[in-house]
Amino acid sequence: MKDTDIKKLLYTHLLCIFSIILSVFIPSFFLENFSILETHLTWLYICSVSATAVNLVLYLVVKPNVSSKRSSLSYKVTRFLKCCLYFLTSCFFFHVIFVLYGAPLIELVLETFSLAVILSTFTTVPCLCLLGPNFKAWLRIFSRNGVTSVWENSLQITTISSFVGIWLGAFPIPLDWGRPWQEWPISCTLGATFGYVAGLVISPLWIYWNRKKLTYKNN
Amino acid sequence: MRLGSGTFAAGCVVIEVLGVALFLRGFFPAPVFSGTERQAESPPEPSAGASSNWTELPPPLFSKVVIMLIDALRDDFVFGSKGVKFMPYTTYLVEKGSSLSFVAEAKPPTVTMPRIKALLTGSLPGFIDVVRNLNSPTLLEDNVITRAKAAGKRIIFYGDETWVKLFPKHFVEYDGTTSFFVSDYTEVDNNVTRHLDKVLKRQDWDVLILHYLGLDHIGHISGPSSPLIGPKLSEMDSILMKIHTSLLSEERGALLPSLLALCGDHGMSEAGGHGASSMEEVNTALVLISSAFERKPGDVRHPTHVQQTDLAATLSVGLGLPIPKSNTGSLLFRVVEGRPVREQLRLLHLNTVQLSKLLQENVPSYKKEPGFEQFKVAERLHRSWVRLYLEGSNSEALANLGAKVRRQYLDALRMLRLSLTRRAAQYDVYSMAVGTVLVLEALALLLLGVPQALSSRAELDVPLLSPVLPLLFGLLLLALAALHVVVCTAVDSSCYLCGLPWLAAGGVMALTAALLCAGVSALTRIFAGGQCLTQTPPQSTSRWSELGLLSFLGTVGHVLSLGASSFIEEEHQTWYFLINTLCLALCHQIYRHCFLGDDCAPQRCPHTGEEFDGVAVARQGKRAGPEGWELSHAPKDPSSLEALRGPERWMVLASPWLVLACCRLLRSLNQTGVQWAHRPDLGHWLTSSDHKAELSVLAALSLTMIFVLVQKRCSLTSKVAVAFGLLGIYCYRAAIGNVLFPWQQDNKDISKGITEARFVYVFVLGILFTGTKDLLKSQIIAADFTARTVGLWEIHSGLVLLAALLLRPHNLPVLVLSLAVQTVMTQFIWRPLRHGAAAVTVMHYWFGQAFFYFQGNSNSIATVDISAGFVGLDAYMEIPAVFLTAFATYSGPVLWASHLVNFLTSEASSGSALRRACFCYALVCSVPVSVYIVMVTSLRYHLFIWSVFSPKLLYEGMHLLITAAVCIFFTAMDQTNTKS
Ligand SMILES: [Zn+2]
Ligand SMILES: [Zn+2]
Repeated sequence: MKDTDIKKLLYTHLLCIFSIILSVFIPSFFLENFSILETHLTWLYICSVSATAVNLVLYLVVKPNVSSKRSSLSYKVTRFLKCCLYFLTSCFFFHVIFVLYGAPLIELVLETFSLAVILSTFTTVPCLCLLGPNFKAWLRIFSRNGVTSVWENSLQITTISSFVGIWLGAFPIPLDWGRPWQEWPISCTLGATFGYVAGLVISPLWIYWNRKKLTYKNN
Repeated sequence: MRLGSGTFAAGCVVIEVLGVALFLRGFFPAPVFSGTERQAESPPEPSAGASSNWTELPPPLFSKVVIMLIDALRDDFVFGSKGVKFMPYTTYLVEKGSSLSFVAEAKPPTVTMPRIKALLTGSLPGFIDVVRNLNSPTLLEDNVITRAKAAGKRIIFYGDETWVKLFPKHFVEYDGTTSFFVSDYTEVDNNVTRHLDKVLKRQDWDVLILHYLGLDHIGHISGPSSPLIGPKLSEMDSILMKIHTSLLSEERGALLPSLLALCGDHGMSEAGGHGASSMEEVNTALVLISSAFERKPGDVRHPTHVQQTDLAATLSVGLGLPIPKSNTGSLLFRVVEGRPVREQLRLLHLNTVQLSKLLQENVPSYKKEPGFEQFKVAERLHRSWVRLYLEGSNSEALANLGAKVRRQYLDALRMLRLSLTRRAAQYDVYSMAVGTVLVLEALALLLLGVPQALSSRAELDVPLLSPVLPLLFGLLLLALAALHVVVCTAVDSSCYLCGLPWLAAGGVMALTAALLCAGVSALTRIFAGGQCLTQTPPQSTSRWSELGLLSFLGTVGHVLSLGASSFIEEEHQTWYFLINTLCLALCHQIYRHCFLGDDCAPQRCPHTGEEFDGVAVARQGKRAGPEGWELSHAPKDPSSLEALRGPERWMVLASPWLVLACCRLLRSLNQTGVQWAHRPDLGHWLTSSDHKAELSVLAALSLTMIFVLVQKRCSLTSKVAVAFGLLGIYCYRAAIGNVLFPWQQDNKDISKGITEARFVYVFVLGILFTGTKDLLKSQIIAADFTARTVGLWEIHSGLVLLAALLLRPHNLPVLVLSLAVQTVMTQFIWRPLRHGAAAVTVMHYWFGQAFFYFQGNSNSIATVDISAGFVGLDAYMEIPAVFLTAFATYSGPVLWASHLVNFLTSEASSGSALRRACFCYALVCSVPVSVYIVMVTSLRYHLFIWSVFSPKLLYEGMHLLITAAVCIFFTAMDQTNTKS
């Protein structure tokens, strides 16, 4: 059970990584002058959309949380709307946090918000896919000893590594090197992306390594 | 012997202060100067035989010299668009008139007194002169003014008082104005100008020096783009015109032309301060105006870049004086271009000989320096030129040779100056090493003491009478003494420690040896204890809580960031980032508690974020046994947050966000640092003269808020005293013209506000006295717990009142919000979540650091607000001024430390918490400074060593001194605690 889960996890994660890598190369065939640094926001949104799409498709296909109850269409629609609402809320929430961290309040609003969007893509979207709009479950996962499955464990790892990535991504901003990637918010988006990818790589490996020690409450 | 961990920590910090002082003494090199006191005979003109007999000095070039020094005259104020607009006469002279214009580069520190010294001695004042800037002793070095006085020139001076202190009894007439009332920018200059008409009519002087301070003061108040700059420059322009026309009219009868030198001592940064080494601070304007510099019409010249020190040699030559012995500058050759070739060469020869002599005295291997070799070549060529000249040979060959000699001399001058400048950065490595060793030993002792000091008893065993130690101590002392003798007898050592009397040096050696012995004994005890440790497996790292991990990583990250110059310049960003992250971590913790009832003891963060390994944990677990970490305050009822209901629960949930919002607000109050310092901020908006009404409202509101936040824990008398004190502060600010009373339309009558400020001082002292009295009372009447907390809070509020008086009015919100954040954190975070003493200490330290930067401080000397040191003082008094400035600068860390004492003693179950807190505080403060001095030693040849790393070193030293004071205060409080 566990080993097959881990295998599934690995494949889904590889697909996610692949989609992010593609988002760097594919658009340059369609768009002129496309590059991560110069048309940063374009790349950011393409990356965000593709990551979201891959996440959605994968979770629908793999269905890690076997929901017991058959649900009606209206339930599904409200659930979907709720998810959208949660996503937007998380974008605004992250935006507020960035401003609290010192992002300019009035200038560069679009840039800051885009950063919030990509961070939400890497953190909130997988949460929504896996757990649905359930705040208490989210909190449970992010407290110690709260995870109940391989999927939740990997979710915890990818989310934390995205946060750590964006956190570390802010470090080069004060350096006086004058590089183009030091501009707000490029280093942070890159940090978040690297963090997310690192999380995707690390989590199956880490879970595989520690599979003896990990005991989940329900299996 | 058992020692409380607080006392132990205080002792270690005091030793560190000693070590850092020694390090600083070695790090800041003594300036390059000429030690020989022999009468400077002017070298004769070089010649082959006895054919030339020109031995006396060349005659003066100018009959009269007027030096018009405008403080903070940046180059673009004269040569840029501002100059064209506001200084039409000067611009005309620069572009068309008989003048020479230069951009003179000042070396950092760009502070007035070292710059005046550089202008007049031509030497490179050491960086440490900044510290002595406030208290200027007489200038003993050889300089132009002393030489001029010795030559019988009559010198008149009007302007900055610093000059009068530097040159007592040098001026036949003077009027010094004090530069410390920075808010005044008209009166200071009128005090200079009012003498002008009278003096210009008279003929009884040779040198006139005018030092105008107004421009600098405007810069300090509102920056270089202030609307006040234009009128000030116009005023200066009209004064220059007046002097110039008067000089021209007098010149007609005279034999020699006169010289008018317009110069600045340093520039002005985009924020308006100075002291560092940005282009704006370093580049100053220098315009020499004299009819001797004739220029053909249509001859357009751009100002050339020269060194500020070059003016000293030029002035000496202009006045026909010998060049000062410590001069490192070279003569501005364009000044003498119009003179006969023989005189030109003679002057260049004099300058080169002086520089090479200086090189000889300071560099043992001077013969290998390229400048010296070039000097020898030039002298040889000069000799043959003189022979040719005296033989009266062919004029074309003579001219060619003359040009060649001149070029050779100029090259030699440049090279000589370069080697001398490089020489100025010499370190006294021995003193630095001894200082570093002292600091590192103290730090090692602190680290080794961690397990014991943070245990429940918070006491350390100090083995005094072990048989091995005295032997070890003796051996070490002997070895160190031998080392000392070897180092000091080595050739060409001029270190501070060797200059000390034997007893003092021996004391330092004994201290080093004793600390080493203590370290060794502590280490052996740990290893002896480690034997029995091996059976118990080290406890898993799962005890690392988020907060513990965060404080550990934060401390390590901050320390590492000090190795990069940009991170030092932008250190405020590091602290803001850290406290934001801290708030979010607290937020996470709170939410888990509230929604999940998570009782996995997140507040178990006994480690203060220091090198805290599993061994220490396990060891501690062994020692303390079942009682475990008293520090971790294992929650007696884990559902303490669950119990909270209604509004209080909501407040707990909202409090991290409140704190975050406060921090964001404060962050936009003062832009500091370097990269984003020019960004508009609330502080500049408030201080601009158009928004006086808003500033007044804000100040009044802030003072009221301070009263509201402070009063609730005071006794009645101190409540009244605080109220009157705050009222007095507003009156003081109104009196000096920062704020307005509602019934005032515009404040015309600006005073120094001495009475008002002293009125506030009386209340501050009164409150501090009442607090101390309450504390003493609580000691006599045993277990009078409330009197004790009230007394401590009164001391805290006295400090708050003093800070409110000293901080500039736009910084009062910083004070209010710091009080508010303290209250919120106490009520809704630390108390309900039961954080341990160590965690609370680290948080206090971080917030203290952040508030240091919130009030607009940075790691550059320019942001020190020296005006705080003159609140309520008539004249400059060194000790109060230094104390007040230091307190105003470090009010953030000091107030947070004093709040820490209050918080810990107000918790009834404190026990040994205060001692542990003191230990943690000492540890988190001394880690950065210890690592930093090691880093600075390795970076001492870095490009930014003088502009970035050295000021930071001074700040770190000062911070350590403040920490030592705080730790002693902690220990004193702890003593009263244990006695009562
Ligand atoms: Zn100045
Ligand atoms: Zn100044």
